[in-house]
Amino acid sequence: MAMKAEALDGQEQISNPRGLPITSDFQVDPADNFTGYKSFRAGSFKFRRDEYFVYLECPKATHQMPVDAFLRALMRDVAWGFFYGTVNFDQVFGTTNFYGEVDMFIGATNEAYTKAGRDFVERFKADQLMEIFKEMVSDWTNEGYDPFAAPMETGVPWGVKNGDNDEAVSRERVTARRMVGLPGDTPVRTDENGYPVNRMFADVEQDQPEVHAEPGFEHEVSAFNLFGYLSRSDVTWNPSVCSVVKDSLFCPTSEEYILPVEHGNDRCEWFIQLTDEITWNIKDGDTGRPKAVVTAKAGDCCCMPADIRHQGFSAKRSMLLVWENGSPKIPELIRDGKAPSVSVDF
Amino acid sequence: MTQYTTDFGSLHDYKKGKVGIIDDDPKRYVFSNLFEAAAKAQPWERVAVAKNFEYVIESVRAKGISPWYTAAHDEFVLSMDGKCRVDFVKLDDPDAVVDPESEGAHQLSGDPEGKNMGYVVLGRGHMAMLPVGAAYRFSADEDCTIIIQTIDGPVTVHRWAEICQTEA
Repeated sequence: MAMKAEALDGQEQISNPRGLPITSDFQVDPADNFTGYKSFRAGSFKFRRDEYFVYLECPKATHQMPVDAFLRALMRDVAWGFFYGTVNFDQVFGTTNFYGEVDMFIGATNEAYTKAGRDFVERFKADQLMEIFKEMVSDWTNEGYDPFAAPMETGVPWGVKNGDNDEAVSRERVTARRMVGLPGDTPVRTDENGYPVNRMFADVEQDQPEVHAEPGFEHEVSAFNLFGYLSRSDVTWNPSVCSVVKDSLFCPTSEEYILPVEHGNDRCEWFIQLTDEITWNIKDGDTGRPKAVVTAKAGDCCCMPADIRHQGFSAKRSMLLVWENGSPKIPELIRDGKAPSVSVDF
Repeated sequence: MTQYTTDFGSLHDYKKGKVGIIDDDPKRYVFSNLFEAAAKAQPWERVAVAKNFEYVIESVRAKGISPWYTAAHDEFVLSMDGKCRVDFVKLDDPDAVVDPESEGAHQLSGDPEGKNMGYVVLGRGHMAMLPVGAAYRFSADEDCTIIIQTIDGPVTVHRWAEICQTEA
């Protein structure tokens, strides 16, 4: 009999394993006279950018990232609503989602920082931190640069402030309620509604399935071309819900270049490689120690255990089915040892 | 302009990747290939290739005509590599056919009683809904692979040790 999240005692209140107080101190500082970019504060964290880099400060450490890598990661954290578990922007800085509240950290998932006591974590209301993250990605993204796009398909993020690209950075993640293409649900993508076929998927057939619904059953007898839909995605590494069975969410996505974050799982997550190939670097979720390298080819199915972090590399644009169990009870069950960190014991 | 070729894989032509271990147990990654699982299965065996608590993804070798199935919840089917038809019947009394609290697909013993809803014909990459309250049946003239988003149920086949990588 399958274990069910609903059958176990999950706590209803927001989990706070570190027992941190909520910080509600935010500030947006005026644009720099030379670069034109604003700087931001969230609690004790300070953020500023110049022409090439982003600089982070907290009471225990300073950290620097290339602005392209930072913006690509920030964009996913914003679009995903802090996603499931930990979004490591790199090996030092990131956020952990507790679904309503968020821990932001430097060094908390880096063994060297934690052993040296240099890690620093602060806790925020998710909606308040999201507000400043959205303002940051808006101000720091220049005209012509799209942090969602593959590097070969967009402009550059470098240089002083030069306009904005709010249309690109304010995209909302697609979340079908039942299935893409159903009447009243998320529409299919077409040339006409602004989704041309990507250059790397020119050979993907665009035919639609034959649908022969008897009168009165048009809302139930429904099908669409998922591969065609994915071939027209204008973003990369952005799982979007396409079909829903209770908490089971099919979140297929198109992938090119590098997953901009090291995603630290708080639950098991499955990858079904629909086309082409992705290489996944797997590290320990808490320490960052390398654990495995997964090579996934078309048709391969692979579980990411709940205690690891992963980052994918896709040389050619590929289609990946990310499969999530969206039950909010799972992370606490795993943390409390009431559910395993692996999905199948055999 | 560079011409790119998309590698889809299929029941008869797939290349399997692997888990390269640095410091872990490969079984934790439950690594398999859905085409391989289907190729080694009997037609219409619904072999679980992914599982997350009660939810599963089943890989199925589609060949000929399947039994009729129904479930007390929506399911979804995706054709991975070929043409598969799905016929639908709106059950007159779905609760009498399958417990409304039950999970997963249930095989019907004969033809369903109800109204014809129509059918869909799926090609590679096409997804269809298998709606709650309906019975459905697959058919495929040539064998191909379909995967089903559903819940672990009485027709789900578990053979993890046979389909998954176990050695580093």
